[in-house]
Amino acid sequence: MSPGIDLQASFIELLEGFGLTHGVAKAIWIPLPMLIIVGAVTVLALVSTWLERKVSAAAQQRIGPEYMGPFGLLVPVADVVKLLFKENISPVNTDPLLFAVAPLLVFIPIFLSFLIVPFGQNLVITDLNIGVFLWISLSSIAPIGLLMAGYSSNNKYSLLGGLRAAAQSISYEIPLALSVLAVVMMSNSLSTIEIVQQQADYGILSWNVWRQPIGFIIFWIAALAECERMPFDLPEAEEELVAGYQTEYSAVKFMLFYAGSYANLVLSALLVAVLYLGGWEFPIPVSLIAGWLGISESTPWLQVLTGSLGIVMTLFKAYLLLFVAILLRWTVPRVRIDQLLDLGWKFLLPVSLVNLLLTAGLKLAFPVAFGG
Amino acid sequence: MPESTFGLRRYSENKIVNLADGVQLVSFLVLAAMMIGAAIGVVLLSNIVYSAFLLALVFISMSGMYILLNAGFVAAAQILIYVGAVNVLILFGIMLVNKRQDFVPLKNAWISQVATAGVCLGLFALLSTMVLATPWAISSLTPIGDEAIIEIGKHFFSDYLLPFELASILLLMALIGAIVLARRDYLPDEILGRDRPSEQPSALTLPERPRELISGGK
Repeated sequence: MSPGIDLQASFIELLEGFGLTHGVAKAIWIPLPMLIIVGAVTVLALVSTWLERKVSAAAQQRIGPEYMGPFGLLVPVADVVKLLFKENISPVNTDPLLFAVAPLLVFIPIFLSFLIVPFGQNLVITDLNIGVFLWISLSSIAPIGLLMAGYSSNNKYSLLGGLRAAAQSISYEIPLALSVLAVVMMSNSLSTIEIVQQQADYGILSWNVWRQPIGFIIFWIAALAECERMPFDLPEAEEELVAGYQTEYSAVKFMLFYAGSYANLVLSALLVAVLYLGGWEFPIPVSLIAGWLGISESTPWLQVLTGSLGIVMTLFKAYLLLFVAILLRWTVPRVRIDQLLDLGWKFLLPVSLVNLLLTAGLKLAFPVAFGG
Repeated sequence: MPESTFGLRRYSENKIVNLADGVQLVSFLVLAAMMIGAAIGVVLLSNIVYSAFLLALVFISMSGMYILLNAGFVAAAQILIYVGAVNVLILFGIMLVNKRQDFVPLKNAWISQVATAGVCLGLFALLSTMVLATPWAISSLTPIGDEAIIEIGKHFFSDYLLPFELASILLLMALIGAIVLARRDYLPDEILGRDRPSEQPSALTLPERPRELISGGK
């Protein structure tokens, strides 16, 4: 397989062509992908809020946002502008410092986790060796932010919401990590790039979803619970807790929670695509198609095409999953807190342990199919 | 390194982060200041919730230290276990029993404070002389960097097998203990005396409310 386009190398070469030294060129390169990803993630999260509005309207036989821009596409922008210009209120008896820090503690780890999401062979900020593990450990910081928000709001609904959110994300982290571990066991690496490459050989047939069907379902359920999506959105169950830990928040701080929750949803969908649905791979391998058409793999325009196809495929898979998540939210009723914890500890945890054992056994028995 | 069966392992040049020495020194100083400041805050602040949140900061700066030492896996594990699990449990403990009592100043509290400070300073002096006096055997090997996960795994299943298994048994014991404690419902003394004269509780069972009483409450 060809390494594909290496944007970093070509960018640095270009700058060196202008007479800059290698170090300076590299220093100019370093912040670029980060800025691009932060911007892109914000846009992706905004798009998913728009999608939520449209799909929920369709689920209830309404039209949804229509007049602001084509198909109401400017509604998220209006949301952001409104929240930016609102007065920044912090209620009288809150703890001002913790109240301000809590949304940041929820928001930053989510955006940091996009470090490891690959959009193509070389289209990733860093190909870290610990890859998925970084995401798991970063996502474990969020409960602290939620507890902090609940505590500092000085409001019993907020405190209960924060405690619920932390309990929920702790109990669903374990099945999540165990199902990731089964995938890691098959691909012999924690790096997201290698996990995708290991699924690349036979197109759609070699995607992990066929080899890890149980793991796929567990991961999806656990990811929805981690994002506090509808069947599991108890921390903000409005009939019981007003809005949970975000009750007292408004303006920019509320926006951080809101954007963080949608960015987290996008992140989870992207990671499902990477871990189970072949990441940036087209259902039929591009190299195979190129072979049929008799085009060399190192043709420049083919490489550009492969790169853009990779981004499109990753986003397509992620948004398909997001669509499913939104439909679930508007069709499935909320579970009770005891059902939620029962499902996590008494069902998903044992099943994911069995799944791990099964994967290990199959890996020993059929090393060809299970990446021995 | 086990060879990937698909032969697709990317040209993996040994990516050991070697920051320029100046950057490394500055990050070390920042991390050390953050860690010591937060640790002092944990001890000195009177609000226990602040102490718990600052403890998370201490753990995060420790994981930053591990990153400086090229131990990425240990750094991530540190965050996952200490920040994500231990510290959240501490916070849970605090918030479930938080009575928001006002702090009542004790008489002559300064005596105990001075005594504590004296003990702490003594310990600090002892430990620092130990650190300075010990001839540390500093390894001259290059840091293992990205291959660390594989090496850690090998050690767990060869020469560190016993500690590894013992730790898992310890966790199992804690788990069973927690379940036993959580299943025991609070039993007032007079019910215990009246209702169960015949049933002799054996040494291995905790006094437990009869099942039908619990289900009747629902």
